[in-house]
Amino acid sequence: MARRAFALNRLPGFTLIAFITFFLLYLPILTLVVFSFNAEASMSIWGGFSVDWYRAAFANRTVQEVSLRSLVIAVSAASVATTAATLAALATTRTPTFRGQTLIYALIHQPLMVPEIVTGVALLIFFAVIKVYTGYTGLAYLIAAHSAFCIPFAYLPIRARLQTMDITLERAAADLYATPLQTFRRITLPLLMPGILAGFMLAFVISLDTVVITEFVKSAGQDTLATYMLGQIRRAVTPEMYAISTLFLLLSILAVAVFFLLSRQRLG
Amino acid sequence: MRALNHWATLSRWVLCTPALLILLLAASGPLLIVLVYSFLSPGAYGGVVWQFSTEGWFRVFFSRDIFDGSVAPAQAHLQIFWRSVRLALLTTFFAALLGFPTAWFIATRPAGTRELWLFLVTIPFWTNLVIRTFAIQEVIRNQGLINSALLNSGLINQPIQMLYTDFAILVGMTYVFLPLMVLPLYASMEKLDGRLLEAAYDLYASRARVLWHVIVPLVKPGFIAGSILVFIPAIGAYVTPRILGGGRNLMLGNLIELQFGQGRNWPLGAALALTLLVIVLVALLIYIRLVMRDPERDHG
Repeated sequence: MARRAFALNRLPGFTLIAFITFFLLYLPILTLVVFSFNAEASMSIWGGFSVDWYRAAFANRTVQEVSLRSLVIAVSAASVATTAATLAALATTRTPTFRGQTLIYALIHQPLMVPEIVTGVALLIFFAVIKVYTGYTGLAYLIAAHSAFCIPFAYLPIRARLQTMDITLERAAADLYATPLQTFRRITLPLLMPGILAGFMLAFVISLDTVVITEFVKSAGQDTLATYMLGQIRRAVTPEMYAISTLFLLLSILAVAVFFLLSRQRLG
Repeated sequence: MRALNHWATLSRWVLCTPALLILLLAASGPLLIVLVYSFLSPGAYGGVVWQFSTEGWFRVFFSRDIFDGSVAPAQAHLQIFWRSVRLALLTTFFAALLGFPTAWFIATRPAGTRELWLFLVTIPFWTNLVIRTFAIQEVIRNQGLINSALLNSGLINQPIQMLYTDFAILVGMTYVFLPLMVLPLYASMEKLDGRLLEAAYDLYASRARVLWHVIVPLVKPGFIAGSILVFIPAIGAYVTPRILGGGRNLMLGNLIELQFGQGRNWPLGAALALTLLVIVLVALLIYIRLVMRDPERDHG
């Protein structure tokens, strides 16, 4: 697609539609951002620039609580998912085919195929049984559910990174009498690190975004930022919610930007 | 490639064990329990009574009159099925309509700036679904951005009711799932050989003919992948219809949730969830058939 001298690539109207699409993609998000700074609680009146809604959001006890819970779940789930996905990626990449490989692939990618609502229902039923038997109703259910859901997202960038890595480096280390553990720690792990971090970032963002599963799995008083917002939208919309949304947006964009930078990093 | 011996295979399985355990416990395994629950009887306050019953599945498609016990198709459910399929297909259509030119635009940028445009498409996708749907609500509601602007300019006297309609759900789903169409389309456009376009133009093909007879067939894999990626979350959507449909315009996801909430009919909810899963599997099978089909036939 490099030749551009003779307008081979031009298709009339396409650029216009593309610009309209980009405009439509950002209009709703920017609306939230802009009106989060409106002193007036209205979309028809601009009452001047103000950060009062941010102040209100930060002072809101419930918001503090659900934000902290979201972060705890996201960091825990992303850590578990990334660790499990790294081991699975090491076992299933750069290897001759082995028995059951297809089954493992299918299981790892399963959360991507099944609609979230179906997984949500399944977990609601399953965890309800466990809750009755064990009496435990803590955060572990949410962390487990998020970990499982995040595994394919963590797995993909790690696997992609592994595929670009030259296995001869590890062979050379082994030839020089490095133990498998030494080879892993000194050669494989450092080279794989950008992939692992990218996988972690992706899993982190996905966990923050997971709302349907959370809605079904959470016990009373275990709202995350996403389910809290979902509940609030039904009641009354205040510009304070624009402020929370803007901060949430910022966090996601930051995580995704880091993900992109990491996954673009070349070997060398 | 040669297959591995027993020990090497075993060690690979051991490495995969943590991931498989988590997935079996908190993703794949519970799906089997849903199947069991769909054949039980509902408890009075939610949950189930351990008594075999096909009533849950029966109620997916039929309703029984409370007074004379006569059986009729479950109109409300069939209506919701139809709305879900229709809205999911329309979402796929509009996502393709906007996504195709957008992907083309990105694919034809100079190599250096392509990634930036691609990043711009993915940013909204990675931001929270609730927030994105909320944003759409704020744009289209009666006191929202569009209506405020129209009222202020004097073009209308009364706000246009857009929120809480099927239209709102369609707009919302197209908005949230659009990037899933753009990315695979872009991936197949990027691989497209520019010389084929050149050849077509040399043979006096018009732009429309090049688009329809050269570009579209070549990016078909991306189009098929994008369609399945949009259709699956759209047919199972829960958040978007809940916020933008406003309780009256239910989709399958909301109907399922209802059975575990106010409806207190877990077996029916389980059967509905599995029905949704079957629809998704059928869509995936169609996808696999389309992808696996002999590529020669397309150009014949």
